Order: sequence, then structure tokens, then C-alpha cells
Amino acid sequence: MQNFATEFNAAMALILNGDAELWAIVLLSLKVSLFAVLISALIGMPLGAALAVARFPGRRVLIVLMNALMGLPPVVVGLLVYLMLSRSGPLGVLELLYTPTAMIIAQVVLVTPIIAALTRQVIEMLAEEYSEQLRSLGVSRLSSVPVLLWDARLALVTALLAGFGRAIAEVGAVIIVGGNINHVTRVMTTTIALETSKGNLALALALGAILIGIAVAVTAMVSTLSLRAEQEGLRHA
Amino acid sequence: MIRNIVQATLIAVGLTATEASAEAPFIVVQSTTSTQNSGLLDYILPGFEAETGIDVRVVAVGTGQAIRNAINGDGDVLLVHSKPAEEKFVADGWGVQRFDVMYNDFVLVGPKSDPAQVKGGTDIVAALTAVAEAEAPFASRGDDSGTHKAEMRLWDATAAEPTAASGTWYRETGSGMGATLNVANGMGAYVLTDRATWQSFGNKDNLEVLVEGDPRLFNQYGVILVNAEKHPHVRAAAGQRFIDWLIGPHGQEAIASYKLDGQQLFFPNAD
Repeated sequence: MQNFATEFNAAMALILNGDAELWAIVLLSLKVSLFAVLISALIGMPLGAALAVARFPGRRVLIVLMNALMGLPPVVVGLLVYLMLSRSGPLGVLELLYTPTAMIIAQVVLVTPIIAALTRQVIEMLAEEYSEQLRSLGVSRLSSVPVLLWDARLALVTALLAGFGRAIAEVGAVIIVGGNINHVTRVMTTTIALETSKGNLALALALGAILIGIAVAVTAMVSTLSLRAEQEGLRHA
Repeated sequence: MIRNIVQATLIAVGLTATEASAEAPFIVVQSTTSTQNSGLLDYILPGFEAETGIDVRVVAVGTGQAIRNAINGDGDVLLVHSKPAEEKFVADGWGVQRFDVMYNDFVLVGPKSDPAQVKGGTDIVAALTAVAEAEAPFASRGDDSGTHKAEMRLWDATAAEPTAASGTWYRETGSGMGATLNVANGMGAYVLTDRATWQSFGNKDNLEVLVEGDPRLFNQYGVILVNAEKHPHVRAAAGQRFIDWLIGPHGQEAIASYKLDGQQLFFPNAD
């Protein structure tokens, strides 16, 4: 096996010296996954919160289903999105296959259930806590959703981070719908898969270490921000 | 803070949109892992792009999957290496015409310990027979790729029935060439590979070329324009330009001049 330290140093040098190609790959990874998480949050949070407060037949079944969808296999999602976006598929005319948009769509499918399920859990607990107040104010269950989401915002950061972690680390779906095209749809994980298949194991590992570093940095940044917001909130209270 | 995030997002969306509208003309080429993993396409494509301003987007998968993607209309040009499958693709009306582009050869790679004792041979059928008789581990692509199809044709010439032994000494990885070489290295298995991928493979470790030079190991690459009669959206003009370039003097010279460690990996042979 090649010398990991040498390869890692070489990869780090590429990053630190601002190697345009590598940076473009890193930025595309971040762009695709952050977008996917944002869209998933816009869908998943209201959905999860609504499911937490609403009462209707079949609710339990829906919750079980949503929890199960957290474990969707990326490769299956990739295949489904490919079949939808392929020229022979129902959405082929949109010409989205092999574009970053296709990768975002696949990641949204993977991340939305995670954010929805975690939101449901957080909001359900909060709704119980607030139930008397809300009832005395005469607020209906569904119209309490925005208030509950706002009050739970700090706890919901964890849901966002879980979704981001899933999105940035995923390779099975994006390699199918993105095609791993150089300068167009090549992201960190597909680059790692490619370098592994070239037998450049040390370089692949070094890129992996960088990917982990980015995930840690993003998580730390968001956590710090939310912690600061929490402290500010306490000061104002 | 939330407002800032939304603003940043909108700006980013705007950027993506402008990027898309200012895009250069491009074609999608469905190709095989060997042309990409060997570094050939990264080497020759900038020449074509500079000459024509057409961006070539390569999706590198196995030949079988590349052909299926092209049948679905998800590519403009097909650059693969399994002549019978390519001729069928054209005969079925999915492709316009098939052109020879270049060739190289397959080699039998195996562990240096060589338990089936095939080293130095030039008869691939005899070597595979020896591997089967010794029941020495053999890693197969098992993915309907061009290399896999070639391997199956070679097994057909032996008396052995490797797929009956699947899971014992015959192991189908269902993965690309590089991934299969990694597996073969890990388990000390024999494996049939194209020479280009082998030459550029970075994890040779305990593996070496054992059998080469049999005429049956010839590996021809062909290029086909996807038929616009089946898929009207195919970028036929740009795709044809790429094919003309590839089989013309500039493309052929570029292919011949690609060397790795001083060794030529592909040999142009367009008519």
C-alpha cells in the first residue's frame, strides 16, 4: 500500500494552495448538499410538525412509514430518480439528468424523511408541553405549527445537521443521476469512488479525510451559531 | 440569521441560473471506465474542446450500462468496446453507424505466487483452463461490461463452466475494472483486464501480468452516434463533429501520443 502520509500531505497541499480543480469539487459538494438540505427543510419541517400535532386516522401508519424512509438506500433513490429524469422517463423533457439539479433532487428525496421524522419527534414533545397554553389561547392544532417550529428552532438544528450529514456523505445516488462528469457533476464522494477504482487508495483516503474535515467544520459552525443564539435568547428572556 | 441564509440561497440560485444560460455547447458521451480510468479522455478531450468549443461530458460506466443509457436517450455518442453489442445497437436502429476508433489488448493478471502456473503463456484458453482446474480464485467483472463480455467469450472456448462455480473459486464482483482489480489484489485472484486500466492502476501490489499476446485478447473500441430518429433531442451535429474528429487525423494522433510511463496505451485504427 502507498504511503498514506505522503498522499495526505499532497492532498492537503492541493487544498491549501487553492488548487482550482479540487476547490471546485469541494464547493460543488457543499452547494448541492446545502441546497438539498434547505429544500428538504422547507418540505420536511412543516410536514413533520403537522404530523406531530394533527390527529387523523392513519397517522400512526404515516409516522412509521416516515421513520422507515429515513433508511432509504441511496442507490435505489438514485435509480428511481434516474428513471424519472432519463430521456425515456416521464420528466425527461426537463433535461435534468447529469446536472447538479438532478443530484439535488436525489438528495432531497433522501434527506426530507430524515428532517420530517426528527421534526415530528421534537414538535410532538413541545406540543405536549404547550398544550394547555395553546388551548387557553384558542389556537387550533394546525395553526400552532409555525409557533411550535419557531420555538423549537434550536432543537431543529440537529435535524438539519443530520440531513446534511446524510447528503454530503452520500455517493450511491449522485453517481447515478450526476454521472460523475468532470467539471460538471463531480463531487467529493464520487471523486473518492473514482480514485479508489483507479487504485489510488491513499489519494482516495486523503480526499476522504478532507471530506470528514468539511463535515466537521460545517457541523461545528452551525452548532456554534445555534449555541450563541440560545445564549442571546436567554439574555433577552 | 434566517433571512441571511435565505438571501445567500437566492444569490446562489441566481448564480446557478446564469451559469446555465452562459453554458458552452456540449455533448454527453456514454463511455467505459477504461477510457476514463486510464486517463486517455482527460488527455485528448481538451484538444477537441479547444478546436471546436464543444464541451464533452463523459459518463464512464461499463459497456453494457453505457449502451442501455444510450438506448434510453441519455447520451449523444457511445464510445465503448464490445463489437457484437455495438453492431446490435446499430442494427436495432439506436445508433447511426459504427466506426472503429482504436484498439489495445486484454491481459490475464494474477498473483505473483501463480498457483495455476500459467505465467509466461500466450494461450489464454489454456491458461483459463488451468485456472479452472486448479480452482484458483478468479475475479470476474460480472457486470455485462465489454471486458466481462470478452471474458465470457474466452470461457466459452474452454471446457470449464465458471459460472457454475460462482461464489467458490469464481467470484463475480459486479463492479468496474478498477474495483475488480482491487478485489483481485485483496484475495490473490486471477483477473482479465484491459491493458490500459492495468497500466494506470495504482494498487498493483501483489499482482502481475501473467498471460498476454494471444490474438484472442484483441480489444477493439468503436464509436457510434445515437440515432436522432429514435431520440430527436440528440445533439447530432455536435456529436458527429466529435466522431469526425476522433476518427480523423487530429483525434487519431492524440490517441497515439498518449503514453503512461513511456508506454502507449491505445493504438488508433480508424479507417
